[in-house]
Amino acid sequence: MEILDILLTASFWAAAVRIASPLIFATLGELICERAGVLNLGIEGIMVIGAFAGWMTVYLGGGLWTGVLVAMLAGMLFGLLHATLTVPFGLSQHVVGLGVTLLATVTASFAYRLSLPEVTSPPKIEPFQPFAIPGLSQVPLIGPAFFAQTPLTYLAFALIALVSIVLYRTPLGLALRAAGENPASVEAQGLSVTAIRMGAVIVGSGLMAIGGAFLTMSAFSSFFFEMVNGRGWICIALVVFGAWKPGKAALGALLFAAFDALQVRLQQTPMGAVVPYQVFLMVPYILSILALVLMSRRAEVPAALMIPFNKGER
Amino acid sequence: MRLEPIANPSALRSIGLPAGALALTVLVASLLALIAGANPFATLGLILKGAAGSKFALLETLNRATPLIFTGLAVAVAFRAKLWNIGAEAQLYAGAIVTVLLGTGALPLPSALLIPGIALAAMLAGALVLLGPVLLKTRLGVDEVVTTLLFNFIMLLFVSWLLEGPMKDPMGMGWPKSPALEKAARLPRIVEGLRLHWGFALATLSALAVWVIQTRTTLGYEIRAVGLNAEAARFAGIPVGRVMVKTALLSGGLAALAGFSEVAGLKGNLTLDLSPGFGYTGIIVAMLALLNPLGVVVSAIFVAGVFVGADSMSRAAGVPTYIADILMATALLTMVLALKLTRLKVRWR
Repeated sequence: MEILDILLTASFWAAAVRIASPLIFATLGELICERAGVLNLGIEGIMVIGAFAGWMTVYLGGGLWTGVLVAMLAGMLFGLLHATLTVPFGLSQHVVGLGVTLLATVTASFAYRLSLPEVTSPPKIEPFQPFAIPGLSQVPLIGPAFFAQTPLTYLAFALIALVSIVLYRTPLGLALRAAGENPASVEAQGLSVTAIRMGAVIVGSGLMAIGGAFLTMSAFSSFFFEMVNGRGWICIALVVFGAWKPGKAALGALLFAAFDALQVRLQQTPMGAVVPYQVFLMVPYILSILALVLMSRRAEVPAALMIPFNKGER
Repeated sequence: MRLEPIANPSALRSIGLPAGALALTVLVASLLALIAGANPFATLGLILKGAAGSKFALLETLNRATPLIFTGLAVAVAFRAKLWNIGAEAQLYAGAIVTVLLGTGALPLPSALLIPGIALAAMLAGALVLLGPVLLKTRLGVDEVVTTLLFNFIMLLFVSWLLEGPMKDPMGMGWPKSPALEKAARLPRIVEGLRLHWGFALATLSALAVWVIQTRTTLGYEIRAVGLNAEAARFAGIPVGRVMVKTALLSGGLAALAGFSEVAGLKGNLTLDLSPGFGYTGIIVAMLALLNPLGVVVSAIFVAGVFVGADSMSRAAGVPTYIADILMATALLTMVLALKLTRLKVRWR
């Protein structure tokens, strides 16, 4: 009964959409990388560096959108590192990805300590404010959920459409998907697999970093070391759950966020008094594993995912 | 650009490139020290002094290396079979939980029986934690990278619940920590009066055991064959799934020993900060050792030295201690690149 009550409140749906937003950015970013044939395990660390860079920029006096831009550039820089090592040099995408995650995470920690040596609790910034779209935001349930969010959430939803269109309706998208399915065919067209894959990883990493920046600039207003807390890994599961399709993956992110919003609210109910709060906090991770298990048989993995391409080799 | 294999890499190549990777890492460290407003040479000197400048420093380094040897071995064993166990952190905590469970008076045994018993039970727990993701991989094809990573978060929450609930120390003044181990369950020190405990000896012996398994047994051969080419191994009649499971049991068990030795040898109880990422650092340790079990001992001592040294340098020179983490991540990336380039030639066109 409590669950039904929760599902009928507008604040629940608003929270679900808010929680989904960073996941949508990062999931789309990972999806672009994987569609081009590169597994990007740098995602967790790139989200951390994005969260830090965006927040730091605003703290140092930059505008909010400048912060988003700096976060994206920081993410792209680590994406360039990942791409250089995995694409032309063909290093293990597992090892490089984990290495990039470690490097990006500790770069953020180092820079944080360097710029704020004394503070015990991180300073707050003035984050993005919700912007209610006139008219639409008045619709019951759906209005507050989808049309009274911060600008970054609108951007996330616009990106779902944009990524779908680019992937499925443009020559660039065709080439990118081909690089992940049959790279030799791309070379036969006179295009460079290396360039396409590197571009995909760099752009994808930029999106992951914006997802991280959402946490410090839209959801919370400070930077904490542990704030990304496995969201990157969850996004990798969401890509699989969404069968490498942008719309489905975003829908998965929303569904996932709804469960997350639900567990937070269930903690406040009589059920939350009986069940330890740690069990509720485990829900997102368990759901991600379940999603992977459910989709394991049906998913159509890009055929050349994790297979390095060396020109002239067959 | 294109990469072409080199049949016989020259000595210059196979030594020069890894050395170059280390040099690049030191360069990055110097740059970071400069950015932090410190003298790079002084900073590096202080790290070295803090790691090995005195008997105390050296023992501290060996103590810190102990869990890293275990997690490094866990990763080395698994990665050799291309089993991507990123969950050493979870397996470590599983070992620690069992150590507390059995070491706080549950078993009325003398030390000589109690300690090996606890160690074996801890290994079993760690092995079981990894068994889940591995069965999901071999039976359903679920990627183990993500599942083992996610298990780390689940395990930490589980430990948090234990320490606030059933395993909470009633005398802990409200802190989330477990009761202390009984004296019989504690690992003694190797030399009375010095802080180094028998966990370090156990870690070194484990490395030796893993080396024997890898080079002198059928299982070791099968693990390598599966890692090199699972399809070819299957074709040659090697039961790939079963080899994966055996590898996982070994890997999970080794990682759990890290938790066992930290609790029984060093800390004496379980807290949520038992491991400052030993499971993840184990990946760096294993990669720097080229997945060689004996090399793991050396690289774990090196990595531990950098961390211990950076701690004491940070207090003296004011450069954030995270410089050690950046160094290690840089070393990992430059080293895998250097190793690749010893076997491949870059041809620009």
